[in-house]
Parts: sequence; structure tokens; C-alpha cells
Amino acid sequence: MQAFEYASPSSLKEAVGMLSSSWGETAVLAGGTDILSLMKDYIATPKKLVNIKGIKELGGIAKQGGGIRIGAVVTMDELASSPLLRGEYASLTQAAMGIASPQIRNMGTVGGDLCQRPRCWYFRQGFGVLAKDGSGNALVPNGENKYHAIFPQGDAYFVSASSLGPALIALGAKLKVTGPSGDREVAAEQFFTAPKSADGRETVLAANEIVTEIHVPAAKGIRNSTYEVRQKDALDWPLATASVALTMKGNTVSKARIVLGHVGPTPVVAEEAARALEGKTVTADLATEAGKAAVANAKPLSGNGYKLQLTRVAVKRAVMQAAGVRA
Amino acid sequence: MSKIHDEMDEKTRAKGAFSRRGFLRGAGVASGALGGAVLTEEQAEAAQAAAQGPGAVAISLNVNGKEQKLNVEPRVTLLDACRNQLDLTGAKRVCDRGTCGACTMIMNGKVVYACTVLAIDAQGRQIQTIEGIGTPQKPHPVSTAFVNNDAQQCGYCTPGFVMAAKGFLDRNPKPTYDQVKAGLGGNLCRCGTYVGVRKAVLEAAGKKG
Amino acid sequence: MAGNYNWPPMESRRQMGKSYTRFEGIEKSTGRAKYSSDLNRPGMLHAMMLTSPHAHARVKSIDTAAALKVPGVTGVRVVAAAGAELNWVSQEIAIVAANTEQAARDGVRAIQIEYEVLPHVVKEDDLSKVGDRATPAGEQVTGDPEKAFKEAEVISEGQYGIPVLTHCCLEPHGQVIEWKGDVINFWPSTQNVSGIGGDLAKNLELPATQVKVHMDHVGGGFGSKFPSDRWGVEAARLSKEAGGRPVKLFLDRATELNMAGNRPSAFAKIKMAAKKDGTITGWESSSWATGGMTGGGMAPLPYVYVNIPNKRLNHTAVKTNGGPLRAWRAPNHPQASFLTCAAIEDLAAKLGMSPLDVMAKNVAWAVEARRETYLQQIKKAAELSDWNKLWHRRGDSGSGVVKRGLGVGICTWGGAGHLSNCNTTIHPDGSVVVELGSQDIGTGTRTIIAQVVAETLGLETRDVKVNLGDNAYPQSNASGGSTTVGGVCSSSRIATVNALDKLMEKVASSLGANADQLEAVNGKIQVKGTPGKSLAWKAACQKLGTQAITESGRNDPRNPRGLNTQGVGGIQVADVSVDTETGVVRMNKLVAVQDCGLIVNPRLAESQIFGACIMSICGALMEERVMDAATGRVLNPDMEFYKLAGISDIGEIQVHLMIDAEQDKRGIVGLGEPPTIGGIAAIANAVANAIGVRVPMVPLTPDRVLMALEERRA
Repeated sequence: MQAFEYASPSSLKEAVGMLSSSWGETAVLAGGTDILSLMKDYIATPKKLVNIKGIKELGGIAKQGGGIRIGAVVTMDELASSPLLRGEYASLTQAAMGIASPQIRNMGTVGGDLCQRPRCWYFRQGFGVLAKDGSGNALVPNGENKYHAIFPQGDAYFVSASSLGPALIALGAKLKVTGPSGDREVAAEQFFTAPKSADGRETVLAANEIVTEIHVPAAKGIRNSTYEVRQKDALDWPLATASVALTMKGNTVSKARIVLGHVGPTPVVAEEAARALEGKTVTADLATEAGKAAVANAKPLSGNGYKLQLTRVAVKRAVMQAAGVRA
Repeated sequence: MSKIHDEMDEKTRAKGAFSRRGFLRGAGVASGALGGAVLTEEQAEAAQAAAQGPGAVAISLNVNGKEQKLNVEPRVTLLDACRNQLDLTGAKRVCDRGTCGACTMIMNGKVVYACTVLAIDAQGRQIQTIEGIGTPQKPHPVSTAFVNNDAQQCGYCTPGFVMAAKGFLDRNPKPTYDQVKAGLGGNLCRCGTYVGVRKAVLEAAGKKG
Repeated sequence: MAGNYNWPPMESRRQMGKSYTRFEGIEKSTGRAKYSSDLNRPGMLHAMMLTSPHAHARVKSIDTAAALKVPGVTGVRVVAAAGAELNWVSQEIAIVAANTEQAARDGVRAIQIEYEVLPHVVKEDDLSKVGDRATPAGEQVTGDPEKAFKEAEVISEGQYGIPVLTHCCLEPHGQVIEWKGDVINFWPSTQNVSGIGGDLAKNLELPATQVKVHMDHVGGGFGSKFPSDRWGVEAARLSKEAGGRPVKLFLDRATELNMAGNRPSAFAKIKMAAKKDGTITGWESSSWATGGMTGGGMAPLPYVYVNIPNKRLNHTAVKTNGGPLRAWRAPNHPQASFLTCAAIEDLAAKLGMSPLDVMAKNVAWAVEARRETYLQQIKKAAELSDWNKLWHRRGDSGSGVVKRGLGVGICTWGGAGHLSNCNTTIHPDGSVVVELGSQDIGTGTRTIIAQVVAETLGLETRDVKVNLGDNAYPQSNASGGSTTVGGVCSSSRIATVNALDKLMEKVASSLGANADQLEAVNGKIQVKGTPGKSLAWKAACQKLGTQAITESGRNDPRNPRGLNTQGVGGIQVADVSVDTETGVVRMNKLVAVQDCGLIVNPRLAESQIFGACIMSICGALMEERVMDAATGRVLNPDMEFYKLAGISDIGEIQVHLMIDAEQDKRGIVGLGEPPTIGGIAAIANAVANAIGVRVPMVPLTPDRVLMALEERRA
């Protein structure tokens, strides 16, 4: 780790004031589960680290305006064990529980989950987020890409590591982002972005902005679920996930949202898959159809074609789980 | 206008508090009381807000119920501070990236990976290390159960596993076998002692495997 | 009893054969056990290494001036000067010592270095792409394979592969070392307490007597922790240069995984000729392997079935720019077992036979001494795995998404006791101390020695103090090859019998008997069979006056006196479920049946087997060093993508140790290695049985399982 200055402000205003407007100069510390590892590997070398856990207004889970407000430094454990979420927001609880390590759930925060950097092993080895060698050749397409994107965007082949992103997008959540000029609201769906250059980022946050809270609209009656395909039961990154939110009219799906995780540099909204469900009654066959539709536009790489299948299955199983349909 | 004024005022206050804090430190007290004079909450908050480091900073850690004063650079992890400065070497540095659990400690009642907590950020928390829960003469029941069920071979993952198991049992005093498996998913062993660990945790919970 | 070193009869043992908990257990589980990496010595410096980021490069220039200016840095040693060739990622370049770890890291970062990057080869799975890195070992032909294949009723062919694994010891390699004046105090993390000091001395061109080795505990070795290594040598020099301040240098995780040892890969195309009844009549294999720049030797093929009459073997060693191989728990055997048993399973599937029947049918091709044992083990494993009920023909596993299957793997190993010396001291106060320059690598070495000594003296195991972990103690060889338990138990038995004989000579007259009429039982020295004529242990020892008895004992591997022997076999059966939609394999159960000779402590022996089985599960399903062809990097030198099974990933494990009079009379046989061998084969075969198609390459990750399923459909 490179030496840095450390600050632990108690107000948001102070915290934002301490952040540099250019990436790399400063970094935000919340749970620490990602940023400290990045710093140990010299992937991040901030001169100042701003701890935001002491800012009271960033904590807490509460009902608000029919929906729910989740503070950015709420831990994954608080999220997973919150009675306010259980049931109504099953997809969030399930996504948080998918992180199979109690230690990480106790430390990792909701904001950190959204802002964590990719686990792409080329990125972690220092080849940049777009994973290029010294001559500018992309390393992923012909390299070891079994954990990479089947929905690459431009030169971005990594997968978004966020566990909560897909569920938040499916539920239509909005993020409050605070910067030097105040607050702005960003739809969860708009929050993630594929970087276009090596020093680009995976979200629309500016370097001196902080995710401060998340608003998830009411989900009463919206059947929602997250299904992760992981190799290990113990702590392991998912290979593909799907979060679904189904608005039902009787037995019929009136509106569906299906969002894929760990298959693209951002969570991927699967419009075709959602359309396959709308106006129909969920059966195993229909869920299978939705799974197929979800990957219709995928562009797998040399070694990750199997993720098409995993994605199809994740969608199928998430849909069936949400709808309460058995195989 | 008034907003700007407020901001300036805040900055000034922060500065003032920082110098007072510097004075306090110079007097040999890192935080808390000096001759009965306690920092106001506002002063303490402002002092925290001021940047510290990158050089070594005087900090105070509450480890196993004892206030420990030490000088660390902000980049030193809780794990390294405990191992290198407090000689609390039960927690091990194995992956050093928050994956394997060998460094597990309990902070404010919750299990954490001490390799991904900064020491400076652990101030004001109740930190429990393996040394704080028992001794070879008076072991914690989980430690005893690990011995009884031979839940260890080389033993390097063991202290972390014991702490993870303790933290788990504190929250789930009567777990099922499946809950034990799910509750200890954040620790890895290379010798392959999981069979013993499962039995040990159930035994410690007052159940027979 | 003089000079009678034989093990006491099985039925009369009171200490040996009992499941004592391990001696150091409570130290470990309370975090008080001090490993070398836990030591904080006064004035200690911390050292960190600059290592190569390239798989193949030459150092063009290196300048350490800036590193020396980093506050806190006390010294820098360059081991790869300008012109030096670097052959793998993480190869040592320079070592920096400083007052803190942080300063040492800053120092490493401050070193100015330029590389000339050279071409590398890091992947060997496709032999056609390795160019001049391939070195054929020449063909070995036995019998008439051509004729065997011409006359074969069935021919089965397959290609199989198992990648390079890394040891991933939880305690990394390294040491604390202090070179003051003529003496080097050395606290390594090693499997080789008696030998590592001499190795360091040789590297430093010093007399071996100047190196004092101390180590209480070691956090895993698995075959990778024998030598003193470059980092030991340079840390010693840094200590000397710092006026004798101790230097601590332990590898970081990435370096540990990149270059502190790995198990070579093994790939093979195998063809078998057989009769319709399952009798194997011919074998052809062409195999290849890498273990770094030394290539990779041939796994012993065909495994176990060594006497298949007609064979043609080819092997190619492939040099790759990867970290150097080190011994890995049963070197080359898990690979050989996997390759052979996979081929046998494929043959059995083709014949529509149970692989257990094919294995039994061909037991005549195994060494004679093991044949009967294998047949017994096959029977037992079938019983414990419910084979007759659960096994089905390949792929005949129903219409559900989740398919269940069973598979089998086999092992063989030597495991004779190594050279070991022991001193046993009986003190006038009755205390007993044994000393050996051995180590406890997780085996329970201290505990089993105490059991042997207590048995010999008629005492309780906890009465015996066992001192290990110092090269001042009598030389005992490294813990490797499953040789330790046989070696140390035999030497401590001999030393203790010798000491007891001396004690009996001293007390004989006071019991009115000759020394050879006495026995040590139940905490007493008594006239044989006459508890009335006895002295309590302490009273007997008091007769020594002020003079303790110290006697030595030696296990000479050339003449183990019947105390230990070699040669074991084992059968493992895996029961798995495969989600055919996701390719995820879940363990239901792994059954390990193992012959074992005389067992000193069943609990600790069983733990060895549990551990071995779990290692096999990791190897079969998860573990793999992933190399990147373009950059030459190991992409997963961490514990996140170098995947190890967690507590919920292993299913149930059932161990059956063949503890009986027949086994017992063989004496002690090593047990660390054999149960690590057959599990990967068993699991891979169970998956083939479940899904109806061979997944040619382990680990059986979802991508590979799904690909095999897809090819089957196509």
C-alpha cells in the first residue's frame, strides 16, 4: 500500500469537500473490502483516503414514501437481516446472502457493492480496466476469459462485480449521489457504465461524488427474486446471476423486469426476456423461453460460451422462484 | 451568503480543534480525557475530520477490553498492527485480501477480516482477538471443541476459524448442521479439517454431531 | 526385555492405538502457538522482495540507490543483477530490509529496473503449440503391444489432463533469521528441521554447526518446504549486514502461489486393449507434463496395474516459464491415478461393466503383495458407498436435471519410516523427555511419539514431554513421503527401550530380581506378572540418584527391525450430483478405504485421511493455476480465483482404516500421502458416470462439464 492521508469526516459536506475532482487522487473508504485490496496491489494509490462510515446520515434502513431508503454505508449483513426487506424485497436479501462470507457481509456496504471495481484478473494484475498489454492489444478476447463478459461493451470485457446492482435495477431503484454542487438522483439502471478508456470508471460517479442513499420503490405485490449460479457454496463469485421483478395480474405477468449480473461490464437489462413473459402465465417452459431470449444478443468470447447456458438457467430459475413455479 | 459563512466557520472550527488535539497528543494523551477535561463531541468530530498521516499517527485501540496506544501509519491494517505491534499473533496473515478468514477478529460483536480493516479506522470499536476469548489454561468452549474434534492440523487457519465459529454461535446459539456449513463460508483451510470443524461447532453449541 | 524393540502385542497396548487429542491442539486453537511467522524479535527488521513481473526477461539495469534513501530502509541485496535471466514470474530480483514492513515495501517500489522482455511459453495443454520446449523422453515397450491391440476384443481410447496446482500453504514460505558473530539463529517455516540448517550453511559456505534451527510449528508444507531457499540465504546476509539484527521475510500470497512450489501437470492420450470380460491386455500412452523450466517427469503409468503385459509408453517433458515444481503430497501419484483410473472407467463404460469389477478382474496386474488387499478394499468401498444400489451404467441416471453418479480411484504408496534418531531421558524425578530433530507438520508427531514412549514405559501419554523443532536435537529426516510416523515412532521406541533397560538395571536389586525379569506397566516397574513386587514409577526413578538416564535410538531405514514397513493401497469411491443445467458438481460423499499397518492414533490417522480427501475434492473440482499465454502471468495467485473448497463444498466423508491384527503385525506404514491419491480419479469418474460423458480435463468446473455435455448432445 502506498502511504496516504486519512480522514474520517462526520458530515457529508466535509467528506465531499475532501475528495479530489480527478480520479486516483483520493478514494472513499467504507467497508474496505475492495479498496484496501486494490491499494495493496497498487491498483489504487490515492494520496488521501476519506472514511465515510462516520457520517450518520449515510446509515440506516427505513420506510420512506411507500418504498424504502437504504443508506450507503448500510452493511450487507444489515441489509440481509433487515425485516423491512425480507419478503417484499426478497431479491435484495437473496443477493446479499449470495455473498457467502459473514465477514464480508459484516464489513461490505451497499454503496461499496455498487462502486467496487471489477474482479477481472487482468485488471487486478495491473493491465488496466480495459485489460490491454503495453502495445494496446486487448488481452481478454483471446486470453483467459472464462469469467468475463458475454455482453462486452466496446473494449470493456470485465463483468460488473456488483451483487445488488441487478436487483436494484429490476426493482427500479434510484440512487442519491452527492457531490460538491449538491445532490443528484440517478436511476440504478443509469448508474453503471462501461468505461471507454483505461482511466475510465464503471459508474457515472464523478471522482468527488459519493453514493449516499438508495431508494427502492414499493414492491408489494411485485414478485422479485435473485438467482445466482456459483460454483462453490462457500464464498465465491457468481458466474451468472439474474434478478427478476414481476408485476402480476392474477396469474398473468403484466410487467416484467429481468436484469443479468456478472455477464457484462454493467448489469444487463434483458428486455427481450421480460417481453417474453409479459401477458403470460409463468410456467417452466415460459421461464425457459425467457432464459433463451435473455442471451439472444450475447457475444461470448473464446472461453466463456458456457455462460450463455448459465445465464439462461439463472433467468429461468429466478423467474420460477419469483413466480413460485416448481420445475 | 449565510451558507458560505457557515462553511467557513466550520473549517475554522475544524482547524482550531485540530491544534487542540495536537496539544493533547503532545501531552501524551491520544484521545479521551486529560485531567478531567473531555473533548466536546463537536471538537472530537472536527478533529477526526482533519486529515492524518501519511506518517505514523498516535491511535488508541480497544483490544480485548484493554486500551492500547500505538503509532501507526494510516495504511497499517488492524491485522498488521495487532501482529507486529501488539504481538497478538493468533490472527494470521494468509491471503491478505479478505478471502480466507485466517485473520478473523470480532469487532463490535461481528466477525470481520482484520486484513481489510485499517487500524486507524478500528478506533472506538471493541476488538476481540483469539487471545481475548480464552487461554490454553482457560480455553473458550469453541477452542476446546476444536481440540476434542481434531478440527486442526497445521493449525494456521485455526484461530481464524475459532473466531468465525464463536461469532457465528453468538448469533446462532443452536444451529443446525446446515446452518453451520453456511455460517462458516468465509474461512478456508488447506489441510482439510472441515469435518472436525463442523463437529466442533456443533459440540460447542451443545449439540452432538 | 533387554533389546526387545518389538511393538507390544496389539491387545495389550494401553497408550498406542488410543485416540488422544493432539498435544499442541489447545495452543493452536487458542492462538498461542507461535509459528516462525509469528515471531517478533527485538530490533527485528522486515524484508520484502522485488520479483519478476515477466515470465521471461533479462535484467537490463537495476539501481537500488533510491530504495536505500527510503526512510526506514536499512539494506538492499540484489540477487538478479544486470544481465541476469529471469525465467518465471515472481523470480527473485532484490530484497529490501527495513524497520517496518511498509518501509520495506516502499523500498521495493523505489528500485529502478529495466527489463529486456524475452519470449515465453507458459501453457502446455496443447502440445502442438509448445515448439522447442518439448523434450521427448524416448519410448518404452514391454511385451507386444501391437499384437495386443490387433487381437483386442475391445479398444478404449481417451485423452485426459490435470493442470499444475500450487501448494498454497497457509503459512507462506519464509523465516526469521539472525546472524550475529559466528552463529546464525534460524526460525524457518519448514518440513526439514534437521536438514534445513545444513542447506543454508552450504549456500552461505559456512560450517553446518553454525546454523541453529528452531521451529515450534509449521503452517503447512505438503512437500514444498524442504530447502532454505534464496529468501533464507539473502535474509541471513541482510541480518549480518545489519549487525545481527533479526530479519523477517515471509512471502506475500501472490509470490507464494507464483513460485514457492507447484505440482506438475499431466496430460495423456491413453489406449487400452481388453477382452470382453474386462481383462486388460494392452496399454499405450503418450503423456506430457510441465513443472516449470525443468519440464515434468512422467507420472508412473499405468498406475497400480504395472504388470499389464503389453505396453507402449511415450512421454514428453515440456519446459514452461512457470515457477519451479516442488514435491507435492504423493509426487506424481494423484496424476497417475487420475489418468489410469479415468482410462479404466472409460473402458468399463464401453464394456458396460462396473469399474469395480474391471479393477478386481485385473488385480493380477498389480504387485503381488497388494492384490488381496485391493480385493478386500474394493469390497469394503462398495459396501460403504452403497455401490450395488447406487451405481448405474454410465449416463443411465434418470431424466432429472441433477444426475448422480459413482466413481472409483485407487492408490499405492511406500511410506517406510525415514532415518530418525531420538534421545530418551529419564530423570530421577520421574519425568521423561524425548528429543528429536523432527517437526510436526500437522501429522500429530508430538502426540504419537508420546504415545509410543508412554506405552514403552507403562506411563500415561501426557506424562511424556516431547521436544521437536530444533536441530540441536538428534537428527531426524524431513517430513516428506509419509515417512515421519514410521521413522520417529521406531527411533523413539528404540531409544526408550534402551533407557528403560538402563533403569531396570538400576532398580532390579531393590526388587530382588534380575533386570530381564522386570516390566514397566501401569506406572510401575514390577516383576513380570507380579504387581505385588513393584516400585511406583517415581520411586523407581529416584533410585537413579542424581544421574538421569539418556539413551539414544535410531531408525535405520535399511533395518527397521519390523517396527515399520512400506507398501499400502487404498480405494476411494466418490458419490456426486451434477446439475446438468449449470455444470456445477456437488459432492455427496467420498469413501476412503485405506490399509494402514499399525495405527498409533486412530483419530489423528483419520484426520490425515479427511484432509487428503478434501484436498482431492479441491483438485478435482476447483484448483488450477491459470496461466496467461500473452502476458506469461499466473492470473490467479490469490485465494479468490485459486479456488479451494470451503466447509460447505465437501459433502460427507467416510473413512475406513483397516485396523486389524493382520495389518498391525506389519508395523507402522506412512499415511499422509496415500489417501491424497485416488480421490481426484474417483470424483472425475463419478461425474462421467453421472452425466454419461467423460470430462477430459480436471478440475471439473462448470465450463468444462457443460462443454462435455454439449459435445455429447452434438
